Amino acid sequence: MYAANFLLLGAVLFSIGVFGVIARRNAVMVLMSIELILNAVNINLIAFALMNDSAEGHVFALYVIAVAAAEVGVGLAMVLMIYRNRRSIALDELSEMRG
Amino acid sequence: MSALLATEVNVAQNVGFYIIAALMVYGALRVVSTRNVVHAALWLVVVLGGVAAQYILAAAEFVAVSQVMVYIGAVMVLFLFGIMLTRATIGAETDLNNRGWGVGIPVAGLLLAVMVWAVIDEFGSSVIEEPAAPMATTAISDVFLREGLVPFLALSFVLLAAAIGAIVLARKD
Amino acid sequence: MMLAASLSSGWFLENAFLIPLIPAIGFAVIIGFGRRLPKGGSEVGIASMALSLVIAIGTTVQWIQRVGSADGSSGEHALGGVFGFARSVFPAASEGGKGGEAYVEPVIRSWTWWQSGGLEFGLGQHIDGLAVMLLLLVAFISLLVQIFSTEYVAGDRRYTHFFAALTLFSAGMLVMVLAENMIQLILGWEIMGLCSFMLIGHWWEEAANSRAALKAFFTVRVGDMGLLVGTAVIFFGANQWAVENGSNGFSIQAISGWAMSGEASSSVLFWGAVALFIACIGKSGQFPLHTWLPDAMAGPTPVSSLLHSSTMVVAGVFLVARLYPVFYTGFDIGGTNVNLIAVIGAITIVIAAALAFVQNDIKKVLAYSTVSQLGYMMLGLGVGAWLPAVFHIFTHAFFKCCLFLAAGSISHSGSHHSFDMKKDMGGLWRKMPITAGTWMVSTAALCGVPFFSGFFSKDEIIDNAHNNGYNFFYYVGLIGAAMTAAYMTRATYLTFFGTARGAAAGEHHDEHGDAHADDHADDHGHDAHADDHGHDDHHGAQAGPHESPWRITAPLVILAVLAIGSGYLNAPAVGTHYFTDWVEPRGVAVELESYAGDEGHSEALGLAALPRAEEGYSEGCGYTDPAPGTVCYAPKLNHAKFSWGKAAPSILLVALGIGISTWLSLGVFGGRRNPLAGLTSRFAPARWIHTLLVRKYFLDDLYERVIVRAVAHPISRAAYWVNQNILDGVVNGVGRSGRTAGDWVYRNVDQRVVDGAVKASGVVASESGHALQPIQSGRVNQYGALLFGAATVGAILLILLNI
Repeated sequence: MYAANFLLLGAVLFSIGVFGVIARRNAVMVLMSIELILNAVNINLIAFALMNDSAEGHVFALYVIAVAAAEVGVGLAMVLMIYRNRRSIALDELSEMRG
Repeated sequence: MSALLATEVNVAQNVGFYIIAALMVYGALRVVSTRNVVHAALWLVVVLGGVAAQYILAAAEFVAVSQVMVYIGAVMVLFLFGIMLTRATIGAETDLNNRGWGVGIPVAGLLLAVMVWAVIDEFGSSVIEEPAAPMATTAISDVFLREGLVPFLALSFVLLAAAIGAIVLARKD
Repeated sequence: MMLAASLSSGWFLENAFLIPLIPAIGFAVIIGFGRRLPKGGSEVGIASMALSLVIAIGTTVQWIQRVGSADGSSGEHALGGVFGFARSVFPAASEGGKGGEAYVEPVIRSWTWWQSGGLEFGLGQHIDGLAVMLLLLVAFISLLVQIFSTEYVAGDRRYTHFFAALTLFSAGMLVMVLAENMIQLILGWEIMGLCSFMLIGHWWEEAANSRAALKAFFTVRVGDMGLLVGTAVIFFGANQWAVENGSNGFSIQAISGWAMSGEASSSVLFWGAVALFIACIGKSGQFPLHTWLPDAMAGPTPVSSLLHSSTMVVAGVFLVARLYPVFYTGFDIGGTNVNLIAVIGAITIVIAAALAFVQNDIKKVLAYSTVSQLGYMMLGLGVGAWLPAVFHIFTHAFFKCCLFLAAGSISHSGSHHSFDMKKDMGGLWRKMPITAGTWMVSTAALCGVPFFSGFFSKDEIIDNAHNNGYNFFYYVGLIGAAMTAAYMTRATYLTFFGTARGAAAGEHHDEHGDAHADDHADDHGHDAHADDHGHDDHHGAQAGPHESPWRITAPLVILAVLAIGSGYLNAPAVGTHYFTDWVEPRGVAVELESYAGDEGHSEALGLAALPRAEEGYSEGCGYTDPAPGTVCYAPKLNHAKFSWGKAAPSILLVALGIGISTWLSLGVFGGRRNPLAGLTSRFAPARWIHTLLVRKYFLDDLYERVIVRAVAHPISRAAYWVNQNILDGVVNGVGRSGRTAGDWVYRNVDQRVVDGAVKASGVVASESGHALQPIQSGRVNQYGALLFGAATVGAILLILLNI
């Protein structure tokens, strides 16, 4: 197995996720894209763990999974609240922080 | 391409990898391009399942099972709930993208180019030797409960805080 | 001494796993292609349930033969073995009889699902009397409810999804019922939870429905934590013993054997049982987590009927019955002490029955009645009356399902989609004779009127509580029986007798308004189906109540017949105890070698065959530890002997309940002169009690106002405080120091040094600020693009510098 395989796959998924974060208008879709990014990172972690034959990479990947779960929970709660207040989760309508 | 014929490369494993990887990349592209929110979630399931399969190829069975349980079991259900509760139209939707979505292509493309270049430059020809056995779950738990104990505890607090925070945020009053 | 006997087996017994598999496949088909099918997927659901039912019947027949082969070859009743006939016709010969009971080995098969760290997680089947009974029951009731639903939800806009969820629910319940191990049980349990959520919220466009769905899901979830914790506790307790005996700590058979082996740590058993029981409290709507069940009536009536009365909510009772050795030894049920199961059951009986008195919604009355009857089942399990409790599951399923479907029939054809007894019902028995008749029969069964099925199960629970020395719970059971009779009489009176009111009288535009009626017509797809089935002449604007079409009445009649007949399967009053023979696990020690496993072909070894447990029995499994080399899989339980004398108090109390309630109903609702009429408005304590009941003991207020507020509000207030004082303070501080610095610069540099140059630079700064302002758009995506773009540029820089 080439070492580059996993890392390149990770890079492709990461880029697709970045594109999603930038391009998508729906907040839930943006959260999904963030999941893509996190998974890309995890693939890299596992690949490096495989190269070095160490368990730390696995542990770190598990941390990432746990944090991702927390992030989705809070993120979706926020989306729900935004939806409740504004009847829309289109991100480009949320521009109160405009400078 | 002579490396493909080298004895230390397991061809079957590589072929499996490429098939799954192709499916994942296609799925990921659909996630960010489909016009239907529910379809996007389902394509995401494909990608996450592919990630789990790659973990198994990479001898990380425990992480693979966690991936399936946490992502496909819990996170995806949350997503579907999120979609349902925000009453997304079930069906195709127009303007799911921003007006300025075109910016994403150069940014993501540039990022991809940089990363691909860096990876190939560093790991272009190195081959991972086949692991003797999958990573033992006991090894993972040893790391968790020795060096990783403090982060582990911190993580539990993060999860608790996230759970409470989500409840507080999502409540009606 | 070994009584070797070859047990009969058969294709159905060995392949009982197909029973849940077929609906699961049916679900996939409905979800995938249902919309394209001519009947929207309902035919697939019905066909899959019918096929399941056929296999379940085959399994039942073969199980009965298996029991017969075990009993027959143990030297007793060689002739009557197949149907236990000799035993039932001559009770004296068998009840006093000293013949041994043979152990009937369950048919256990298991396939590895996945492996982790040397531990195998299996999927399989564990077919014994309890599983067979519930398989048959669930498949049968599901089929009837699906047939009922084709009419009831006809024209609904999510018709296909409704049937998909119903079918998946049945698959989940069946998976749980024949679960071979705890993991599989949890799997089925959670599938049911999910389907329950989907079906309660089927009409989620109305906020109340989706709220009820969420409430049900979360409340049950609280209990589910107990299931996970309990499974883990039991696993760590049982695993060593189980591995020594060729299994692992998830296997239900191994857990039972371990719990009865006398080697188990009593504290592990106790805490494991407590945790598992919390799960049962959540799922089976026991006090104090019962609040979700009445709210769950927001779902369509067939759902209430199938899930929230007859099948899903008995999952908790099933769990206790399935792992009875754990609870039996963990709570020391044989020891006549007060234990958690009995106490919770008793509280639930009385509290829910009291709540049923003040409900005006007919489905809510039935919901509280369900809660109360589930309390009876728990009470029965808590006092060691395993068989009557399980029998009550069986009878209750028929009559409660019938009651709910009757309520559905009334709302469908009698009260124009209203469930309000006081506003829209009354006097319906003339208009809907079949519905009324089936309702009466089922009510009689529910109240425990003699010769109806409820009498034979409920009275047995009460009698056994007394017999096993649980006197307090005996009285609670009696009081509960009287209360049940009274509230059901009230509901019956309000619905079927007296004067017709509201929609029942043909008024469509009563005070609850056109909007309401229109909503419901829309929700139920009422108009669409009226056209479809050509009885729109009845459903026209001025049509009054009428009898429902056959697809609604046929299930009702079948269920009503069973509401009477099912009781005779185990009616000691007429000397039948098929249930005792077929369903109850035999508390007989067997040789360990016969343990499980080789696909049901193993031999049954009735070791130390002891006589059937009668009153006052006190040795054998559950009383003494099994001898070395042998194992018990079930405690030996006492059975109270039936006599009319002992049944008399409950019959009297039921009669009293019906009588008083009729008198009160006539007085309060019927307008006869009655000193009690208007009591609540005249007499303060009565009013307080009424308020307490109407507000459901303020439990919802407790949960929502006190607990949620106590937890959520301080946190949000603290967050707000941090936000206001610290974050804003920092920001303000930064801003202030920035301004101070600016002032200083202004005063010292700007003004004094180079006025003109500064003026020019000020213009530049302002202009560049304006130029950069669009970047601060407040849009997250744009920020993301900038972030990742900057990161890319940074990465390129780093790479370039590194080389």
